[in-house]
Amino acid sequence: MMEAQILQLLQWALNLVGLWESVWGLIAPAWPVIWILIKIVVIVAPIMVGVAYLTFVERKVLGYMQDRIGPNRVGPFGLLQPLADGIKLLMKELIIPSGSNKFLFVLAPVLALAPALAAWAVVPFAEGMALANVNAGLLYILSMTSLGVYGIIIAGWASNSKYAFLGAIRSAAQIVSYELAMGFALVCVLLAAQSMNLSDIVRGQQNGHGLLGWYFIPLFPMFVVYFIAGVAETNRAPFDLAEDESVIVAGFHTEYSGMGFALFFLAEYANMILIAALTSVLFLGGWLPPLDIAPFNEIPGLFWMLGKMSFILFLFLWLRATFPRYRYDQLMRLGWKVLIPLTLVWVVVVATWMQTPFWLW
Amino acid sequence: MIGIDTIVFFMFAALTVFAALRVITARNPVHAALFLVLAFFSMAGIWILLEAEFLAITLVLVYVGAVMVLFLFVVMMLDINIEKLREGFWKWFPVGILLAGAMVFEMVWVVGSNQTASTAVGAVKHAADYSNTKELGRLIYTDYVYPFELAAVILLVAIVAAIALTLRARRSSKKQNPSDQIRVKAKDRIRIVAMPSAKKVASQTDVSKAS
Repeated sequence: MMEAQILQLLQWALNLVGLWESVWGLIAPAWPVIWILIKIVVIVAPIMVGVAYLTFVERKVLGYMQDRIGPNRVGPFGLLQPLADGIKLLMKELIIPSGSNKFLFVLAPVLALAPALAAWAVVPFAEGMALANVNAGLLYILSMTSLGVYGIIIAGWASNSKYAFLGAIRSAAQIVSYELAMGFALVCVLLAAQSMNLSDIVRGQQNGHGLLGWYFIPLFPMFVVYFIAGVAETNRAPFDLAEDESVIVAGFHTEYSGMGFALFFLAEYANMILIAALTSVLFLGGWLPPLDIAPFNEIPGLFWMLGKMSFILFLFLWLRATFPRYRYDQLMRLGWKVLIPLTLVWVVVVATWMQTPFWLW
Repeated sequence: MIGIDTIVFFMFAALTVFAALRVITARNPVHAALFLVLAFFSMAGIWILLEAEFLAITLVLVYVGAVMVLFLFVVMMLDINIEKLREGFWKWFPVGILLAGAMVFEMVWVVGSNQTASTAVGAVKHAADYSNTKELGRLIYTDYVYPFELAAVILLVAIVAAIALTLRARRSSKKQNPSDQIRVKAKDRIRIVAMPSAKKVASQTDVSKAS
């Protein structure tokens, strides 16, 4: 639908200069590829802007929570701060440690960022607004988010530095442990929605009762577990042991400078936004309005989706400002002895519950 | 006319063979492990071409996302001397060739012969709403439920055995009990004793005189 409109617009614009026939003759065979590339740019560009401004919002929110002002020098209200940070990081010298494995050292930040962006391919932003409507969408997401750890381990190993290596090992153990809890939380959503297609999961939460139909009500423990595991998977406070500055300097990215560091930073924030998007799709009804009545369901679904994502992202920042960092054994205990048993029990509870007439979703 | 499917297949196949070769020829064990990851990835690509998307994504999720991470973890921790591992390569080379030859022969025999032609099924194209996952789940939990459950029990036994074999209780190690730590109350740790805040010191006047 949108594809045809854009093609018409293109045709109209090119007809003004009388070039439509010749240009279309050139690009017609490759049009499906070009259309997919356009969609990718339309998704990735806002994510990158979102990442830049998430860092700004984070500093502002942390500032206000700690009774400070936060960045306010660059531009009005400090709004140009992310731009200044970006330019600074671009201009900085890339230092490659002499004892490092140069190829892997350069490859690691790329491996960290690529899966964080690739996972966005199946996220539905509104009804029919997804790059790829894949049937096994949820599995795809799970496998892509589990790949992000490679960037971290390779960075830690290739740096040839003790601190980086310790950070990498901590991160590998942490991500593999929390992935299990995350996977079981997703199994509950699969059971409830009876589909792995993310768009179908959102449609399954649409039953005319607004927010009472969303899965966070029957799956409330899983909602909490998924969010905690998401915070742990993205290495965010209070689970940021991979970059524990008071113990191991800066963890796995100790040796990185300039754009290498910036790419890790981008990957971390892109992952945060991804977790926020997934939490809203899986548990908070995605693009659905909270009340299915007049003023609410007039607003386009995209805005509800973005609103829910912003709320989850605020929770991330709130957690960071509130809680002290976990000790490593506490982190492992929470993952293996609390979250995984809880999810295992809840899978059985949901499966049984769904066989009874008391299942209303 | 070679279809785009065929081109993509040969690309992935060449990548798989290249990566698999590099796994055994790479000098650095970490590089070898990373090439194994690449081999898994290109294999997953081939499975996607066969419309086996569930298996392909599970391969990436389980092997690349979890197994190889732990593998890399171990390889990075150990300081493996690759020269020592390569000792006696030529001594065992004929045995290796014999084994490889036997495996190639078996594969060609099973896949290529007329007697087992029914095992060599061409990939069937399905409609877009065909769910690979659902079909697989249906088969596993209906037709093949006993073999599946048996495999699950064997895996469980393996898990328990692996843990039992490596679990050595060290008497010297100190432990914490986090639930005790959480349950602790202030009055368990400190005792507040009521006592007068200031006492009249009898000898105060004497001290001031002395100074």
